[in-house]
Amino acid sequence: MDPLALTLIELGAVVFCLGLLARLAGRIGMSPIPLYLVGGLFFGAGGLVKLEGMHEFAHLSGEIGVILLLLMLGLEYTASELVTGLRRSWQAGVLDLLLNFLPGAGLALMLGWGVVGAMVMGGVTYISSSGIAAKVITDLGRIGNRETPVVLSILVFEDLAMAVYLPVLTATLAGVSFLLGLQTVGISLAVVSLVLVVALRHGHHVSKAVHSENSEVFLLNLLGAALLVAGLAAAMQVSAAVGAFMLGIAISGATAHSATRVLEPLRDLFAALFFVVFGLNTDPRSIPPVLGWALLLALVTAATKMVTGYWAAKRAGIGIPGRYRAGAALIARGEFSIVIAGLAVASGVVPADLAALATAYVLIMAIAGPLAARFVEPLVRLLRRPVRRPAFRTSGPA
Amino acid sequence: MNVDETDLPGLGRRKDFMTASGRRIGVVEYREGQTELIVSTWDDPDTCQASVPLTADEAAALGNLLGGQRIAMQLSEAHREIPGIVTRQFSISAESPFQNQPMGKACIRTRSGVSIVAIMREGEVLPSPGPDVVLHPGDLLVAVGTQEGLDTAAGILRNG
Repeated sequence: MDPLALTLIELGAVVFCLGLLARLAGRIGMSPIPLYLVGGLFFGAGGLVKLEGMHEFAHLSGEIGVILLLLMLGLEYTASELVTGLRRSWQAGVLDLLLNFLPGAGLALMLGWGVVGAMVMGGVTYISSSGIAAKVITDLGRIGNRETPVVLSILVFEDLAMAVYLPVLTATLAGVSFLLGLQTVGISLAVVSLVLVVALRHGHHVSKAVHSENSEVFLLNLLGAALLVAGLAAAMQVSAAVGAFMLGIAISGATAHSATRVLEPLRDLFAALFFVVFGLNTDPRSIPPVLGWALLLALVTAATKMVTGYWAAKRAGIGIPGRYRAGAALIARGEFSIVIAGLAVASGVVPADLAALATAYVLIMAIAGPLAARFVEPLVRLLRRPVRRPAFRTSGPA
Repeated sequence: MNVDETDLPGLGRRKDFMTASGRRIGVVEYREGQTELIVSTWDDPDTCQASVPLTADEAAALGNLLGGQRIAMQLSEAHREIPGIVTRQFSISAESPFQNQPMGKACIRTRSGVSIVAIMREGEVLPSPGPDVVLHPGDLLVAVGTQEGLDTAAGILRNG
């Protein structure tokens, strides 16, 4: 068959299947990410169906998917929100980092994957899925709840931590010497601070440069700028993802909101392809051997996120049910864990088992996270003594 | 009254306060401009029993209802000494024949003897409105008059 025809047929079939999976996910009220991963496993190396024709395109699409995911993560919060979030919740953020980075890193060391593997797995277990968390909070009608700002500011902190973590990870994966690594990290820290200052003081200039009333012009400007910045960042060894993320932070105000709207469909498409490509490159036969470890890691890191949320909510003066709700909302891991594992796998310096472990872990956490968030409240209610309804206070003759 | 304002990074802003009956009530204002009315449950002030999305018109109408109630209460307090004088509120519905018309066109005072002493609109008060004030759907008119006069005025505003 004509190679172009083959590519188109394969791509069409895959995207169509993703549509069916996304619809199924919506029907049962879960995140589509685990289903995309399973879809990728199904099609990929060692899977049931082999797809050769679309490999090149899918690979590039996956890269664009990562760039768009990070660009939109940057767009999600304004620079001032990041700064106030950092100021207000750094203690909770540091606790979150310690409690959730260490289990992943520890397991990687135990399995003999070395410092690089530890660095990667720590990141995979650390970062909550802000996408799943936000959706869970909205779906369960908890936006007006008092613990929600606590959850959101922890997510904001993780967001900032990513800006430091990703360059460090890229340097580690590239296997550069300690000194050169420090230099890379120094450069990226300087760039992060510079971008924050620029975004705070002159964010409107950056916004103005890409903004347009015409949504077509706006989309092309945005996408062009994102790919350019990402490419330049990659050329400077800072990781394309970080470049896109920084651009997202620098764009602010009304432009950021309309950018989110314009980019959302593109992000959905390319990010879905990214998850599929990640699944494609993972051999499904490598998952059963690591499933036990993944389950253990899932249990431990669900508990550590719970502790993080509980502690942060308690500090904010939230009652006991709200503390559990805050913890449970943070449990889900998703897109960014896969982004981290994907960067590691692409560099080829981590064992193949790592991809399998990360896949199994995210599959569990992306499904268990929303379930935990939903059922934590009735569970806490059940375990605590029932409270009697107070008599309604009225004044005057009733 | 102490209204708490809390940033919701990535979403918007929450403004709420604790009522004397121990429930938290307020609004969430989204970055995209929607408003949601939130009411906490009776046993856990941290959680929400209801979050009701409101359009701009609905939010303004609700603000008028609550604000209008207060003005009406103050007015009836003031008129208590005068027997036969009653205060009542009329809302201008989208079906009212006088929506988007100057108030003078309804000739309420001439036809019923009732005075419109204030109009509540989008949470603000227009005191002693003149006949050329244009009525909008969602407006709340605060009227003072006799019981029969007010009944007549209600009929005028509804049916023309």
